[in-house]
Amino acid sequence: MSAPQPYVGLALHAVVSLAIALGMVGVAAWMRYRAKRPPQVRYETYECGEEPFGTARARIPVGFYLIALLFLLFDVEAAFLFPWVRELGNLGILAFWEMVIFLGILLLGWFYALRKGDLRWIR
Amino acid sequence: MFEVTFREKTGLQTEVLELNMGPQHPATHGVMRIRVWLDGEVIQKAEVIIGYLHRGTEKIAEHRSYYRFLPWTDRMDYLAPLSNNLGYVLAVEKLLGVEAPPRAQYLRVILAELSRITSHLVWLGTHTLDLGAMTPFFYTFREREKILELLEEVSGQRMNNAYMRIGGLMADLPRGWTDSLRAFLENFKKELREWHALLTKNDIFVARTRDVGILRPEDAISLGVTGPVLRASGVGRDLRKDDPYLVYGEFSFDVPVGERGDVYDRYLVRMEEMHQSVRIIEQALDQLPGGPVLLEDFKIVPPPKSRVYTGMEELIHHFKLVTEGFLPPEGEVYAAVEGPKGELGYYIVSDGSANPWRLRVRPPSFINLQVLEHILPGHLIADLVAIVGSIDPVFGEVDR
Amino acid sequence: MILQTGVRIGVVFGVLITIVAYMTLAERKVSAWMQDRYGPNRVGPRGLLQPFADVLKLLLKEDITPRHVDRWLYTLAPAMIVIFALTAFSVIPFHPSFVIADIPVAVLFLLAAASMDTYGLILAGWASHSKYPLLGGLRSAAQVISYELPVALSFASVVVLTGSFSLLDIQDFQHRYVWLLIPNILGFVIHLVAAFAETNRAPFDLPEAESELVGGYHTEYASMRWALFFLGEYLNMAVAASVITVLYLGGWYGPFQPGFWWFFLKVAAILFLYLWVRFTFPRFRYDQLMNLCWKVLIPLGLVNLIWVTALRLWLF
Repeated sequence: MSAPQPYVGLALHAVVSLAIALGMVGVAAWMRYRAKRPPQVRYETYECGEEPFGTARARIPVGFYLIALLFLLFDVEAAFLFPWVRELGNLGILAFWEMVIFLGILLLGWFYALRKGDLRWIR
Repeated sequence: MFEVTFREKTGLQTEVLELNMGPQHPATHGVMRIRVWLDGEVIQKAEVIIGYLHRGTEKIAEHRSYYRFLPWTDRMDYLAPLSNNLGYVLAVEKLLGVEAPPRAQYLRVILAELSRITSHLVWLGTHTLDLGAMTPFFYTFREREKILELLEEVSGQRMNNAYMRIGGLMADLPRGWTDSLRAFLENFKKELREWHALLTKNDIFVARTRDVGILRPEDAISLGVTGPVLRASGVGRDLRKDDPYLVYGEFSFDVPVGERGDVYDRYLVRMEEMHQSVRIIEQALDQLPGGPVLLEDFKIVPPPKSRVYTGMEELIHHFKLVTEGFLPPEGEVYAAVEGPKGELGYYIVSDGSANPWRLRVRPPSFINLQVLEHILPGHLIADLVAIVGSIDPVFGEVDR
Repeated sequence: MILQTGVRIGVVFGVLITIVAYMTLAERKVSAWMQDRYGPNRVGPRGLLQPFADVLKLLLKEDITPRHVDRWLYTLAPAMIVIFALTAFSVIPFHPSFVIADIPVAVLFLLAAASMDTYGLILAGWASHSKYPLLGGLRSAAQVISYELPVALSFASVVVLTGSFSLLDIQDFQHRYVWLLIPNILGFVIHLVAAFAETNRAPFDLPEAESELVGGYHTEYASMRWALFFLGEYLNMAVAASVITVLYLGGWYGPFQPGFWWFFLKVAAILFLYLWVRFTFPRFRYDQLMNLCWKVLIPLGLVNLIWVTALRLWLF
C-alpha cells in the first residue's frame, strides 16, 4: 500500500461526511412544513415568553478569554509533547529527564496560574 | 489578581447582561418570572415578578358563604390541598366556637401529614430535576401517586379533595383504608432510605447544594420566613410543637433543624420531615378513636340526606344552610396551621352575615419567596435554580 | 481500491446511522427501566420502529428561522458538528482488515477532529443572537477546549507506551502484551471523564442544561437543524466510546473469537455507561466543572504521563 493511499480514503470519507451533513439540511429544507400565514411572533427570539429586551451581542466576560489563553498555553505544550512521546523509545533516558524538566516547568506555570487565581471561575 | 487590578486601574467593566427567566422557563416552578442582571455568570441583582396566576381568591371569599368557599382553598397550594382545607376550617370553627369530634381530629392529622408528604415529594422530585438528576423525579412521583390514590379512596378526588368540613370531615374512612395506609408507610420508609442513598452522600449533589444560598437566621426571622426554610436556618419554630392545634400535642415527633441554612440543609430538613410525618401518622393510626367524624349541630353542619327526606326540622336546616349558609358571630379570628411550606394562616373578619366580610390568607410560599432577592446576588445562574427549588414556592398560593 | 474504500465508507455510514438511531431508543428505554416506566412501546413491536417515526417527525416539522439570526452561520453550525463527528470515524479500526484510512498519525487526527466541534457549538450560540444560546455557546466552548487537554495528555500516555500514532499499531501492541487499561489505568479514567465532558453528556451537560439555560446553544433551533445537534452529540459519543475501546480496551481482541463483535460489545458497554451515569447523577455547576478539569485532571494527566514514561523506559 503506497503512502498516500490511506489519505485518499480519508479525503473520500470527509467528502461523504460533508455531503451527508449538508444533504440532511437540504432534505429538511425541502420536506419541511411551511405555514401559510405564520404569526410573526413565531420568529421572535426566545425570552421565556416575554418580549425580548436588551441585546445578546453583549461584551463577553473576561473569564472566557483567560480560559482561552490558558488553553493555548497548554495546547502548545501538548504539541511539543507529541514528537517526544513518539520517539521516546529511540531517545533513551536523557530525553526522559529533559521532558521531566519541561513538564516540571509547566507544572510550575500551572501552579503560578493557580496561585494568581486564574483557575478560579467566580471572581 | 490580574483581572482585579486591571479593573481597578482602568475602571473597565464587563457589560452587565440582563436576562429574563420565566414565566416560560423549565425551572421556575410554575409561572414565576425572575429578571436577573448578570456579570458573566454571576448574578448581581435579581427581581422576582409575580402575579401571573392571580385569581382573586380572597375577594371571591367575600361573595361566597363559608361553606361554598371551601373548595377554593384547595386550589391555592394545589400540592397540599388538605392542609389548606384544614387551615380554613380551623379558622371558621374558631369563629363559631366549635370543635370537631375526636375521630375527625385524628383523621385530620393523618390527612394533613399525608399532604405534607405529597408536597415534599413534589419538591424533592422537581428540585433534583432542576439540579440535573432526572431519576428521583420519577421515584417521588410514583410514591406521590400512591398517596393520591389513598386520598382518592377517601375523598373521591386525587387532588383538590375538599374533604374537610366545618365541624369535621365529609365522610368516614372506607373499609380497609388504614391497612393500605400502613402498608404504604412501611414501603415508604424503605423508599426514603433509598433516596437518601441516592442523594444525601452524592458528591455532586452535595457540591451543588452545600453552602449555596445561605439564609442567616436573623434574616430569615426579619423576612418572616416560616416552615422548612426557616428551620433549615436554625430556628426551630414549628406550630405543631409551639402552638399545638388539633391533637398534635399527643404525639411524639422531632422538629428537624438545620445548622447552616443552605440549600443542603433545606434538603435534609424536608427529608427528615417526611420521616417525622410517617411517625406521626403511625401514632395517630394506633390511637385512632371511634365515633362520628362530623358534628351533630345542624345549625352549622348540613344534616344527613336520609334525615332531610324524613324530618321537617332537618329539611329546614338544610334549606337554610344551602340557600344562605350559617350566620357566625361578629368578630375577627386568625388560625394557622403548619403547612408543608410554612405557617399557613387564615384571617377572617365576620360582620355577622353569611359571607366573610374579609378573608385574608397568609400564604407561606409568598412570604418565603421574598428571600430570593436577598440571597441570589453573588451566586451563579446554576445556583439560581437550586435556590428557587429549595424555597419550594407554589404559585397557586403566591398569586392566589 | 477506491471502490473498495467507497463500499467500506458506505457500510460504516449505514451502521453508524443505525447505531445512532437506536442509541436514541436505547436511551429512552434504559432510562425508562431505571425509572420504573415502560418507555416508547407504541411504534412497531416493543417500540422498535420509534427512531424512524422520530426522524420522519423531525423532517416534517416547520423549520423556524428566527428573525435576528445570522442566517449562514445559523444554518451551517449544526451541519459542522455532524461533519466533524462523522469524519472522525474514518480512522477507527473496527477490525484489522476493516479500516477506512489507516493513517500513521491517526491519534493526532482524532484530536483535531474532536476540537473542531467547538466551532459548531460556539457559532450556533453566537449566530442565534439570543441570550440563552449565547451563554450556552460560551460555556460549551470553554468546556470543550478545557477538556481537550486531559484527552490530549491521555493520548500522549498511550503513545508513550506503544511508540506509535497508528491505531492499528496500538491494537497490535495490546494484543502482544496487555490491554493498556492495566498499565495506564489513570490515563483511562482521565480519558473517560474527559470524554463525558467533551461530548456534553451528563453530568457535564452544562451547555445545554435544560433547567437553567432552557436549551443552551440549540434553544433557537427547530426541526431537522435541531436534530442535527443531537445527531452530532450521539455520533460524538460513539466516537469517544470507539476511541476508548481502541486505546485502552484492546479493540477487537477478546478472550474467545476475536472479531467485530468484541469491538461492538465494548463500545456498547461504554455507551451504556454514558446512560447509566446520566440517569444517576445530578449536574455539575460550571465552576466545579472547570475546577475538575484544571485543578484535578490536567495535573493528574501530567503526573500520569511521567509515570507512564518511567514505566516504558524501565519495564519494556
